[in-house]
Amino acid sequence: MSAPRTAIRVDGATLLVRTIGYGFIGAFALICLLPFLLVVGTSLTSESSIARHGFNLWPRVFSTFAYKIVFENPDLIIGSYWVTIGITVVGTAVGLFIVAMTGYALQRPDFHYRNRISFFIYFTTLFTGGLVPYFLLINQYLALKDNYLAVLLPGLLSPFLIIMMKSFVRSIPHAITESAKIDGAGDFTIFLRLILPMTTPALATIGLFIAIGYWNEWYNAMLFLSPDMKYRTLQLFLYGVVTSADFVKNSSAASNVDLRDLPLESMKMATAVVATGPVILLYPFVQRFFIKGITVGAVKG
Amino acid sequence: MNSPTAAASPGDSTPHAGTAMPAPGTKRRGTLRTLFANRTLLLMCLPAIVFFLIFSYLPMPGLYLAFVKYNYSDGIFKSPFVGWDNFRFLVITGDLWRLTFNTIAYNVMFILLGNALQIAVAILLNELRNKWFKKISQSLMFLPYFISFVLIGLIAYNILSYDYGLLNGFLKMIGADPVKTYSNPHLWPFIIVVTYLWQSTGYGSIIYFAAVMGLDSEIVEAAEIDGANAIQRIRYIVLPWLKPTFIILLLFSLGGVLRGNFGLFFNLVGANNSALYATTDIIETYVFRSLMTNFNFPMGSAVSLYQSVFGFCVVLSANWLVKRMSPDNSLF
Repeated sequence: MSAPRTAIRVDGATLLVRTIGYGFIGAFALICLLPFLLVVGTSLTSESSIARHGFNLWPRVFSTFAYKIVFENPDLIIGSYWVTIGITVVGTAVGLFIVAMTGYALQRPDFHYRNRISFFIYFTTLFTGGLVPYFLLINQYLALKDNYLAVLLPGLLSPFLIIMMKSFVRSIPHAITESAKIDGAGDFTIFLRLILPMTTPALATIGLFIAIGYWNEWYNAMLFLSPDMKYRTLQLFLYGVVTSADFVKNSSAASNVDLRDLPLESMKMATAVVATGPVILLYPFVQRFFIKGITVGAVKG
Repeated sequence: MNSPTAAASPGDSTPHAGTAMPAPGTKRRGTLRTLFANRTLLLMCLPAIVFFLIFSYLPMPGLYLAFVKYNYSDGIFKSPFVGWDNFRFLVITGDLWRLTFNTIAYNVMFILLGNALQIAVAILLNELRNKWFKKISQSLMFLPYFISFVLIGLIAYNILSYDYGLLNGFLKMIGADPVKTYSNPHLWPFIIVVTYLWQSTGYGSIIYFAAVMGLDSEIVEAAEIDGANAIQRIRYIVLPWLKPTFIILLLFSLGGVLRGNFGLFFNLVGANNSALYATTDIIETYVFRSLMTNFNFPMGSAVSLYQSVFGFCVVLSANWLVKRMSPDNSLF
């Protein structure tokens, strides 16, 4: 009854699933891509064409005027870039180390307090003080207003990432820890010398999670960094361009272009491209690593 | 400096459950000894403990704001106590009901449609044979997760803007009337759910896809040898295999059913677009306005306290349910 294994015959049901698969996945992937092309297309369209025909995937009248104006006064963008890069690098390094260390300790079966501490951490996802006390704490009691630490610190770790690290470490046999202990290694040495090198895919994944969070940070920046600060985070800068008229007036003054002639709409898009472009370029290399990391973790666990 | 009692397991000073019997002595000495034996691991957890203590636990007493009539000079804990007045106000104005309904309704749609779509994508992706196609489409679907909500808001504006948007361009082209999206509240549930699915499906499906990949290939091969086709394989092997993942993710998201996605709503709808409040105002956006726009701290805290207490009850009941159905997957 059963066909020999070597036969490459595909039955009807399997063929159907595959067809639906290619159609559905292909369409969905396209829908995920098109909005980005729309932003790029609009940024390269002349303002008069936008006024007449609206936004388009493909520019009807090609123009780089918006970019010219954005780059005429690049100080704010470059400053915001440096702020975001700095916060991302420092935050990811520190956060990753703490997450990994905590995750490993909480996964050790012989750690007496692991359940209590796990619950202590997990409880924060169940019950929170809410935005107002959080804001008052950081803004007034910790006095971190207009301090980059107010953006850096809250993004360091999350219960989600610690739980993720725990399940990654779970795939490493406890016997490794035990034999190292017999050889006289301390807990921290075991973590640093043995566990960390064995969990590189996990570290890459978790590190990327933290890094993306920092790179896209606008929320804490909006709450705690007032407009008095010249350089805030990159995404908050983009938010300002998209929503505020002040920015537009400033750039018109800086670039000696009459306010009426300023390409408002295409400028928003051009700024978005400049603020997001590098990440999108980096993305193909990063995401492969990312998906692999998650996959390896799940297979092992 | 090992204590001589640990002679049974050489070099191992850490008591294993059930092995190391505490020497006759007081209970306090036992506690101290446990503390000492676990000192390195405890120290390793210390940064995280301090972190959550400051950023999660320290704000909690601030919820007392919900019961006062706040004024700056007196601060949180010395402002006059007003009991349940703030909550009464929220109920009378109907705000609380609207916020609760909007937040839960959106989250239920997000959870149900989101997980269904993620599972579908993961399973279909696994069925594809063309590696190249698989890789590229997976990358593209994952792309929206990488960008900030600010850009998502801009993209939505690109499509929905009355004067220039792609949607109205299309409607004009086919001779239909353009839509004033940003002043029509009825369109927004659809827009927000679609945007959410657009952004999160690729990411969410990776967790499921990883789970599918974790399926023992021998089981699948055995089923194939026995003549199971793709539909049967999915129905009887893959879906049951994904069930624990689904339950855990469902429970995780159920715990947050009263927790709104602030970034999504804030950047799509705008900070103060009151024309859309009826269908787009969720707990987070209300609390945010009470903090940044109205400076009504007690009202914001009252909503937050309600959100935390109610949400906590939801998690407990969800966990109780899961514990009854499959004890292995319950959280505590």
